[in-house]
Amino acid sequence: MKAFDYARATDLSDAIGASGCLIAGGTNLLDLMKLEVETPSALVDITRIGLNEIVPEGDGLRIGALVTNAACAADPAVRRGWPLLSRAILAGASPQLRNKATTAGNLCQRTRCSYFMDNRSACNKRQPGSGCAAIGGINRNHAILGTSDACIATYPGDMAVALAALGAQVEIEGPGGTRHIPVADFHRLPGEDPSRDNVLEVGEVITAVLLPAPVEARQIYRKVRDRASYAFALVSVAAVLRMQDGAIAQAKLAFGGVAHKPWIDPRVDSLLVGETPSKALFDKAADLLLEGAEGQGGNDFKIPLARRTLAAVLAEATAE
Amino acid sequence: MKDSYDSPDDRNLLDQTRQGVIGQPLDRPEGRLKVAGQAPYAAEYDRPDCAEGVLVGATITKGRVKAINRDAVLGMPGVLAVFSAPEMLRRAAQGGAGEAPMQDVRQVEFPLQPIALVVAETFEQATHAAKALVVEYDDQSSKAVLVPSPGRAEPAKDPTENGDLEGALKDAAHVVDVTYTTPGHASAAMEPHAAIAEWDGDSLTLHGSLQMVKYNVDELADSVGIPSDRVRIVSAYVGGGFGSKLGISHEAVAATIASRQLGRPVRVVMTRQQVFQAVMRRSETVQRIRLGADSDGRLTALGHEAFVSNLPEESFSEPVLQATQFLYGGENRRLTLNISRINRLTAGSVRAPGEAVGMPALESAMDELAVALHLDPVELRKRNVPDQVPGEGTPYSSRKLVEALDAGARAFGWDRRRPLPCQQREGEWWIGMGMASAARVNILAKAEARVTLRGDGTVLVETDQTDIGTGSYAILGQIAAEMLGQPIERTSVHLGDSLFPQGAGSGGSWAASSTGSAVFRACEAIRAELARGLNCAPDDLQLRDGMAWVEGTEPRPVTDLMDGDIARIGRIEPGELMEKVKQATYGAFFCEVAVNAFTGETRVRRMTGAFGFGRVLNAKTARSQCLGGMVWGIGMALTEELQFDHRDGHLTNHDLAEYHVPVHRDIPEMEVLLIEERDAAASPLQAKGVGELGICGAAGAVANAIYNACGVRLRDFPMTPDKLLADLPDPFAGPT
Repeated sequence: MKAFDYARATDLSDAIGASGCLIAGGTNLLDLMKLEVETPSALVDITRIGLNEIVPEGDGLRIGALVTNAACAADPAVRRGWPLLSRAILAGASPQLRNKATTAGNLCQRTRCSYFMDNRSACNKRQPGSGCAAIGGINRNHAILGTSDACIATYPGDMAVALAALGAQVEIEGPGGTRHIPVADFHRLPGEDPSRDNVLEVGEVITAVLLPAPVEARQIYRKVRDRASYAFALVSVAAVLRMQDGAIAQAKLAFGGVAHKPWIDPRVDSLLVGETPSKALFDKAADLLLEGAEGQGGNDFKIPLARRTLAAVLAEATAE
Repeated sequence: MKDSYDSPDDRNLLDQTRQGVIGQPLDRPEGRLKVAGQAPYAAEYDRPDCAEGVLVGATITKGRVKAINRDAVLGMPGVLAVFSAPEMLRRAAQGGAGEAPMQDVRQVEFPLQPIALVVAETFEQATHAAKALVVEYDDQSSKAVLVPSPGRAEPAKDPTENGDLEGALKDAAHVVDVTYTTPGHASAAMEPHAAIAEWDGDSLTLHGSLQMVKYNVDELADSVGIPSDRVRIVSAYVGGGFGSKLGISHEAVAATIASRQLGRPVRVVMTRQQVFQAVMRRSETVQRIRLGADSDGRLTALGHEAFVSNLPEESFSEPVLQATQFLYGGENRRLTLNISRINRLTAGSVRAPGEAVGMPALESAMDELAVALHLDPVELRKRNVPDQVPGEGTPYSSRKLVEALDAGARAFGWDRRRPLPCQQREGEWWIGMGMASAARVNILAKAEARVTLRGDGTVLVETDQTDIGTGSYAILGQIAAEMLGQPIERTSVHLGDSLFPQGAGSGGSWAASSTGSAVFRACEAIRAELARGLNCAPDDLQLRDGMAWVEGTEPRPVTDLMDGDIARIGRIEPGELMEKVKQATYGAFFCEVAVNAFTGETRVRRMTGAFGFGRVLNAKTARSQCLGGMVWGIGMALTEELQFDHRDGHLTNHDLAEYHVPVHRDIPEMEVLLIEERDAAASPLQAKGVGELGICGAAGAVANAIYNACGVRLRDFPMTPDKLLADLPDPFAGPT
């Protein structure tokens, strides 16, 4: 590990515009520092600046950036109104990691592409311009939607997939003031510049995640993985779906494990609304979702897997 | 008494003794120390002025190190030295080598092979400098062989040919001809490889994480060119080995060389990634299995042709056919093992080499035969238990296969299984049951141990035997306490130090019966001494709770019969029985799985194993061994696979996040039945080994249950969702 300076921020103003790399739980950053994939010259520890409460805000909820994943998943208000979020968090990592990991840190976690985490390999995310070793390599875990010639990595998290389906916003403070970004727009597609995972600008700090008013709907988080726990999603589906009079009255879906960001496709949501659930409808939804999907060899199976997982989730969400 | 074990000791002395501790499910004596962090593992010894070494891996696949730019890193903070010595290992030693393995790290044979050691004051400084080290290579990577190719394979051993396989297959009423594949596996022991080397003049002490100390001493001494009697190895606690620590590896020799040069202790701890990349793998296998049976399901033909890989000149080849040789009948047979040479890290022993991968394939093929015959898979096995080893005529020692099949089937509720697939659906999940036989060769190894009955009546056992988490401390104490009639609390066991007599080491499931027999024999010598004091034959001597008597006399304190400490060394080595009688352990697995009809995820719902392995020395540690093996079997069936990039050959999943061993949630209700057995041909304890039996076939039971659940017959382990998806029936259709 490369030697680094360490400073502790005492309040938010220390963190905004800080010249070092922010660290909270460190569950991802420290691993990357040990591998020297990340080599910050200075760390700014933000764990003592507050931002660790969950409080009502309007009809919704404000989740402080430094609320741990464990606390968020166990929070009674979250479990009552937005159980999808609790379920998604509990589908990820392990209790030890969730005790340390924070809301903002989880959003900012980096891909687990093995070539990204291996300094010997070409990786445009780690070293722009060096190429993408995952293309043509071992890419079973990689993306099928929204990829580019420069990068086929996935965003690995679960929490953000649920937040995207719930329509949550990220609150960001920067030297120029406060801004709000939908979680679904927070992460980027790789395009020509996969080195940037998200839209956070230098000097900006995530201060909270804002949940909108709860909806009376079925909330399902379905994570398909090789082992029953402690594995990243092959495909995951977050669904917020409400039935009325035998038809789908509201549908909001988000997908994990398939793209560089939590994948949403409003066309699919629209296609479902007003329809009577059927196997044919689920197939049509999958056709639309996956019309641009492209396998890389090792991950070809994700296309039928996404189709089948979507069908399973929709069947469950629309069951009488 | 001769050291070699040539005729069965069927006195079953441990059934006559009075203490009553043998076989008891006692806690491990060192368990409390371990959970309290007070049992020091190799890297945890506090040596003053210890420097920290970090290994550097090659960035090429094949070639030679031309130059190392030491100066650049020697200027970095804390850096003391950079070593790339010809004595440093480029491959780990195979089990039982007893001499230096392949040396000279400058010759690169596989990606991330260690090529240098950077030593610094702190681990972080050394790690950073190791990453910064610039190495120039003569890069011959384009000549590397990256993918095992059957076309280039050579015989790894003489084939077994009996009768006329092709002819018998042609005449058979039912034939199965299938090819199964298994990927490479990692031992993935919890404790990474670690060593602290420290010189005192020309004598070396190494605290290491090693399985077979007596061989490791010779391997280390030979590597650095000093006499073995100048080397002391301490390996008192080992956090798992599973074969990867049978021989010395890179860290031990590197630490030794650096410590000698720097004149201070040097610690080298491999990272998790380095252990995966550089130490040892289980070879992938391709196995063609052909079975021919008559209309009653009796095997007439058995072909098992396997293909494995290793580095050039490596003598080890995964012994895939080991159990196929003796488990079932079928007089017309061909068993072949071929190997190809590739540029991947050393292939060597990983828990139950051979049977771990050979048995699941054989047992899956047997399941396919049962389907073809419309015969219950348990019944098919029972119809094919041979009277003597086919082709050899060798008799078997005690064999509890049929008992295990019956007891396991009963306990599991096998009679509730539906013979045809896709019969049971619970929500999204197809439910199915499968079974497999278990079999593993049994080995007695040369061993010595010293037992001292002290003047105060306490007992001390000393041997360099290791305890790699298996229970050696517990069972060796129980044997001594039972034989000398002392409470277990008055018995202490000291292990894993080369200053002690040479035990068998931990490997091949032989530690318990081999070193246990040495302890037994040392105790017999002490009993003979005590019997002289009572003027009785040693076997008439009764001992319990520190009292001694012969039948019909008043007990006396055993210390009254002693004039100070009595210390004896017991010895055993394999003898004629190893050749004359086929010794093996047997069992059966029964498994219920759920396969998700939509996603192809498989989850094991419950599993039962029944095992016969001679006398049970400690019912708790034996059960734990069986459970651990079954967990390995679930991992092998469903998730474990080393994934190598086929362009440069490097391992892409080199940590426990990406190499998927089962986690708690993957392991359901597990039941273990220990079948009562005494095998006097195996050892004077009438015990055999159980460290590996629980894995030998387990993955086959899972695979067969998957077929029974959803009708998909996969022949490529592990059986991950991606492989199941294509053939799964329509998830919206119900049971057929």
